[in-house]
Amino acid sequence: MAQAEIPYQEAIPLHDPHSWITKYWFSQDHKVIAVQYGITAVAVGLVALVLSWIMRTQIGFPGMFEWITPDIYYQSVTMHGMIMVIYLLTAFLLGSFGNYLVPLMLGARDMVFPFVNMISYHVYFASVIILMLGYLPGMEGPTGAGWTLYPPQAILSGTPGADWGILTMLASLAVFIVAFTMGGLNYITTILQARTRGMTMMRMPLSIWGIGMATVLGLLAFPALFVSAIMMTLDNVLGTSFFMPAISSAGAEHEYEGGSPLLFQHLFWFFGHPEVYIVALPAFGVVSDLISVHARKNIFGYRLMVWAIVAIGGLSFIVWAHHMYVAGMHPYFGFFFATTTLIIAVPTAIKVYNWTLTLWRANIRFTVPMLFAIAFVLTFVVGGLTGLFLGNVIVDVPLSDTYFVVAHFHMVMGVAPILVIFGGIYHWYPKITGRMLNDTIGRIHFWITFIGTYAIYFPMHFLAIPRRYYEYNVGESAILTPSMDILNQSITITAYIVGIAQFLFIYNLIVSYRHGREAGDNPWEANSLEWRTPQTPPVHGNWGERLPTVHRWAYDFSVPGEERDFIPQDVPRKAQA
Amino acid sequence: MASGNNHSSQDKGNMAVAIFLLIIVIVSVLLSFFSPWQFTEIASNWGYIDFTVILTFWICGIVFVVIGLFMVYTTWKFRYRADARADYEPENPKLEWWLTIVTTIGVVAMLAPGLIVWNDFVNPPDDVQEVEVLSKQWGWAFRFPGEDGKFGTVHVDNIDADNSFGMNMADPNGEDDVLVQGNTLHLPVDQAYKVLLRSNDVLHDFWVPEFRAKMDAVPGMITYFWFTPTRIQDEPYEVVCAELCGRGHYTMRGWVKVDTQDDFQSWLGTQPTWADVQAATALDAMSPEAKRGREIWAAEGCNACHSLDGTAVVGPTWLNLWNSTRNLADGNTVTVDEAYFVESIREPAVKIVEGFSPAMVAYDDETVTQDEIQALIALLKESVDAPADAPDGP
Repeated sequence: MAQAEIPYQEAIPLHDPHSWITKYWFSQDHKVIAVQYGITAVAVGLVALVLSWIMRTQIGFPGMFEWITPDIYYQSVTMHGMIMVIYLLTAFLLGSFGNYLVPLMLGARDMVFPFVNMISYHVYFASVIILMLGYLPGMEGPTGAGWTLYPPQAILSGTPGADWGILTMLASLAVFIVAFTMGGLNYITTILQARTRGMTMMRMPLSIWGIGMATVLGLLAFPALFVSAIMMTLDNVLGTSFFMPAISSAGAEHEYEGGSPLLFQHLFWFFGHPEVYIVALPAFGVVSDLISVHARKNIFGYRLMVWAIVAIGGLSFIVWAHHMYVAGMHPYFGFFFATTTLIIAVPTAIKVYNWTLTLWRANIRFTVPMLFAIAFVLTFVVGGLTGLFLGNVIVDVPLSDTYFVVAHFHMVMGVAPILVIFGGIYHWYPKITGRMLNDTIGRIHFWITFIGTYAIYFPMHFLAIPRRYYEYNVGESAILTPSMDILNQSITITAYIVGIAQFLFIYNLIVSYRHGREAGDNPWEANSLEWRTPQTPPVHGNWGERLPTVHRWAYDFSVPGEERDFIPQDVPRKAQA
Repeated sequence: MASGNNHSSQDKGNMAVAIFLLIIVIVSVLLSFFSPWQFTEIASNWGYIDFTVILTFWICGIVFVVIGLFMVYTTWKFRYRADARADYEPENPKLEWWLTIVTTIGVVAMLAPGLIVWNDFVNPPDDVQEVEVLSKQWGWAFRFPGEDGKFGTVHVDNIDADNSFGMNMADPNGEDDVLVQGNTLHLPVDQAYKVLLRSNDVLHDFWVPEFRAKMDAVPGMITYFWFTPTRIQDEPYEVVCAELCGRGHYTMRGWVKVDTQDDFQSWLGTQPTWADVQAATALDAMSPEAKRGREIWAAEGCNACHSLDGTAVVGPTWLNLWNSTRNLADGNTVTVDEAYFVESIREPAVKIVEGFSPAMVAYDDETVTQDEIQALIALLKESVDAPADAPDGP
């Protein structure tokens, strides 16, 4: 083999848990940490789900519930967005999938820095607690500035939560970034340094490519958010003017002078656009593996898939200002950013083609993970294509700040990655627990979620009305037509149904843990190394006496002349006769 | 052991996926053509913007249908069969190159016309006129440069109850600037206008859907877009704020009335210049107590939502409010007296006037004292006659 032995991994003295606390709470086992990340992210995601019900109730049935005031509405919008993007999607795809899959798929015993990995989770947990502090009595609620937190609005009294809510939000983000950095350095180091014998870069499953590239993006992009959080905190607490020009708000003058609100937007989106791919790339990787395994066919065009991930990651750093076409920046920026944005469509389209071409002449098993994977592809196609509208600067002018944007980003980076998260959970739950999730509940959950989210977001593209509105027809306005009103109501009712279906999923997770069917080592007949552990669930240290040796890529499905339709990565090649 | 334990499930080979994907593709296409939710009828020169939207719609729509139907076919044709076996085809460089090139052509076909129209959008024509839109939480104000064609300079430090634009007193260019009263802007048809956007406080975005164009207003700088109104209609066009600007964002509306050139000029003649406004302020016959109330009205931010000139902003105007009878949202009526006025400041959500939202925060005794409320009441009692034309919203 080209790669040298990795002696330290063979007989590493692992940190050995002695008590319940060190095994399940302060654990250094990447698999336990992955589950901790996952449970926390799902719990906070349920909060975001309830918040979305509150805002949809107001939009569908304005005035029905008096307690939904404009403040409650804007706070719900803000917290829903921030929770979903950062504390659920980023935390789950990297914290949970990343932690579970990186060592197992690479044939490593654990992350390279297990102690730092443990700290990473607990810092993330702290950031979630800080985020929720705004809801405590006396704090006057969390910020209602929208998840983009644009100044000057975010720190002025015309916005809910301008006293404490914005401070807890900024502090929570800063703490989250610390957690992410510790986790991210671990993933990168482990991918580069701890691959087992024979696991060359170009034999890694695409899940690892997606997670690895997303982590690189995160390590480069999150610092921009970190400094903007610090600078806005200083503007708010010490009265500096990084983002604050001279203003006259609610009749009162302020001491601010000379700052630039656009500077914040540039910093925010220099983070914010790569963030889209921090969420999307792990989902791309995972869904590639799901499709290949359940279609019983190699992923089509593996090498191009890898280079597409790398190209998308690189390009994602030079497209950020497409979020700012109508923000008042120099108009000539539009030419540059529209061009780079539409270029990024090419590698993205290639990924879509290769997923669908993998289905060509396959033998598709419509298991629950596969259902979610196929739903992802269709949802992502819609969300990606509407991105071509918004990325082309002049087309964006009439559409920006309308429900077209809401529909676009929910499909492309809300629903699509969440479908992958569900698919991944149904796929790896048997390895994590040793038991299968209930198939019937899984299918009910799938169909309600897929059809429901499509029914929610597809028609939203046609709502050419401003977003983030508490109410539409105020005073003599008639901007909302009766047919739009009916649409808003049906979207809201669908959102209730889809939300309730998620509790079926939670129920499935809990009940199957004790009562699910025994899974065996490799229920899906997959090839990658996580299915080749000596025990299921894998024990601390993952492998027995010796690490596995890799002889092939992860996609040897239906190889002609072979008896079985899959050949795991650690099966040696036959001696050529 | 590993194999065989879930081969029994019949669901693995079912056709539901192909059927539902087909339904979704068909419904999506039908909805795109026959939905009742279409763009508003255009009323500006930006038909080219609509063209780029429609071009993008067709290219993306075709791609959606092709990929969708391809997925329908594969999920139907290659669904699981126990006796079948998938092909083994790791790569097909020729096909991959071909797809890359076709995609690139499609992208260029959308980008190139888009950039050409954007070039028009950012470069106003030579005969363009200027109008300023001043935005603030939560309303719009408009200014024309007057006969000299030059705007007077402004600064937020100059803003007070008598100078809501922050006009610079020392700048002679400002004397003839026309300050539009109320929240309706009139513009002449077929004349290109460059809209200069300013904000006193936070980000806003001036958007009239019928004109297609929009742009953020950013405090500390002047942004712009240009357009030519092309369609006169009886009803004015509604202005909405398209950038989240705080709890009153959704109430930030205004109106644009497109007139013939003659109608526009006669309307413009009724609007006061900055010199007129200054003279009127000097002759103001208000009592000292009401003037003190007016300063409190500006300093405490009442003016953000309650006008004195009859303009309906976020909250009810204070013009002709005192002693009037109001219909409440809960069906009751109330007379505006001292008790109701105090209650509306201390606990604003208790009695909401019909047609308004409970957007106001409560002001406690430390923020607005009882003594200050007396001054505000004096202001209310003297706010009975329209100081300028009543707003002419629809």
